[in-house]
Amino acid sequence: MSSVKFNQELISKTEKTFLQKLVSEQSFWVSVALLGICFVMYFVEDAFSSKDNLFNITRNFSFIGIMAIGMTFVIITAGIDLSVGSIMGVTGVICGLFLDAQYLPEWYSKAAYFEGVYVWVSIFLALLAGALIGAVNGYLIAYLKLSPFVVTLGMMAIARSLALVVSNNKMFYEFGPKDEMFYEIGGGSIFGVANATWLLIVLTILMGLVLKYTSYGKHVYAVGSNKKAAELSGINTRWIEMSVYIISGLFAAISAVMIVGWMGSVTNALGYTYELRVIAATVIGGANLMGGVGGTFGAFIGAALMETIRNSLLMAGIDPYWQGTFLGLFIVGAVWLEKVKNKKN
Amino acid sequence: MSILSLKNIKMNFGAIQALTGVSFDINQSETVGLMGDNGAGKSTLLKIIAGNFKPSSGDIIFDNNEVNFEKPIDARKSGIEVVYQDLALCNHLTAASNVFLGREIQKGIWPFKYLDYPAMFKKSGELFEELKSETRPKDLVMQMSGGQRQAVAIARTRLTNPKLVLMDEPTAAISVRQVAEVLDLIKRLKDQGIAVLLISHRMPDIFEVCEKLVVLRRGEKVCEKMIKDSSTEEATGLITGAIDRV
Repeated sequence: MSSVKFNQELISKTEKTFLQKLVSEQSFWVSVALLGICFVMYFVEDAFSSKDNLFNITRNFSFIGIMAIGMTFVIITAGIDLSVGSIMGVTGVICGLFLDAQYLPEWYSKAAYFEGVYVWVSIFLALLAGALIGAVNGYLIAYLKLSPFVVTLGMMAIARSLALVVSNNKMFYEFGPKDEMFYEIGGGSIFGVANATWLLIVLTILMGLVLKYTSYGKHVYAVGSNKKAAELSGINTRWIEMSVYIISGLFAAISAVMIVGWMGSVTNALGYTYELRVIAATVIGGANLMGGVGGTFGAFIGAALMETIRNSLLMAGIDPYWQGTFLGLFIVGAVWLEKVKNKKN
Repeated sequence: MSILSLKNIKMNFGAIQALTGVSFDINQSETVGLMGDNGAGKSTLLKIIAGNFKPSSGDIIFDNNEVNFEKPIDARKSGIEVVYQDLALCNHLTAASNVFLGREIQKGIWPFKYLDYPAMFKKSGELFEELKSETRPKDLVMQMSGGQRQAVAIARTRLTNPKLVLMDEPTAAISVRQVAEVLDLIKRLKDQGIAVLLISHRMPDIFEVCEKLVVLRRGEKVCEKMIKDSSTEEATGLITGAIDRV
């Protein structure tokens, strides 16, 4: 059959080796750029490669990176979550409120302060709040078919205002009798690497495995790639869509707990404009806003690149006012790169 | 022996009568071509058999049981698979992932269930081989030709052992060379003893692979006869209304 022969030729032309596959990944090129910057900075600025600075960089991007993993799931389904910064704010404030129990009824501090239970209660409540806010986002988007942009824009305002309501515009910084334990979780380090960074690494691997090796992960990609096809295949697309917003909200809360532990205090301004940085990290890492493409390693490396550049610019003595300009350029640049790549395909 | 028999199927969308009492049978491993002009009710009928719509009235007897599908998944469970016009594939996933979409092979115990990629690659490779298609399991659907996409869509139907495959315009929007490939794929299904209901606008396709011809016009069946007793001229006349009915 001549048609089959012709096909074989066509196929052998499009067959990709491992190397070709690697270079077609955006996260690969971002990694190369990251190494390049580190390489240059190593020679230009001694302080860059100091142990302290590297520790700072990795810890700083961990908070964004954790949120970016959640955002990756949302963006793979062709959604967007603009509320992550505000979710971080309100969950951080909730965590602080239950740690600093002076504004709560007396029975709570009496009962919960025993043996440091209150620390776990506070963390649990913060995570629960994050997941619940995500569930509200997800329900409105998946079941009521509202646009993700509008729903999460609304939630961005609502969650930020709830942070003000909950905190009553106060700062929480007295974290009770077992405060050291809480500081240690978010601010401590193991083997010279910040706990937040360890958590980011673990979550990157864990959620990466979920995306690649579970049917849930496969369905997340399917929903983003072709929702109609996914539905016709019998996939519960509504639940998949709702679940990614729960993941995003939960990861914003995880990041909030870590950052509050590290800073040792929390105000309602926590996470302000973080959504921009989180989306930037995710998109720079190769997630496609049109859906169907993305991965947790991309989120990790995207967050790392942004923080490294920020740090490098500071070290190079460039006015920090310029940071937003660079951030914006990177977002647009990443999307443009994606477009160029698609055209080539 | 008939595998599917439609009895007086009617379908109204409000005041519009899409189907005004259509009855016909499909026998085991028979390929039936369903033709008709735009708006004749072909797709509506297919969607009723596939479980997308419930008919306003009439009975569907499938595999000797009266069936009442609520959702497409119900139809699939009883052994009816559908190849949709737009193929319903996910471009960003591999051929194998598309074949197994929604019914992945998994290993392990919950919550530690993970996808068994080797098994899925192997099985989908076998299915492509059975269909004599050169599609490779690990290729992304995005990079595939129309014919290869068809092979993926048809391979999906072979995962279970369906008794009936419905195909909506499988040869629309692909090149002439690929049409030949798709018609071969349909013949393969027939060799496996699977009945096929083929909707097509393309007269040559129907006359090449089908045994029986059914023509709808304005929601009414105007012809049901064996292909060997018919001709393309007659079919054209029936579709356009130049010939009233036979």
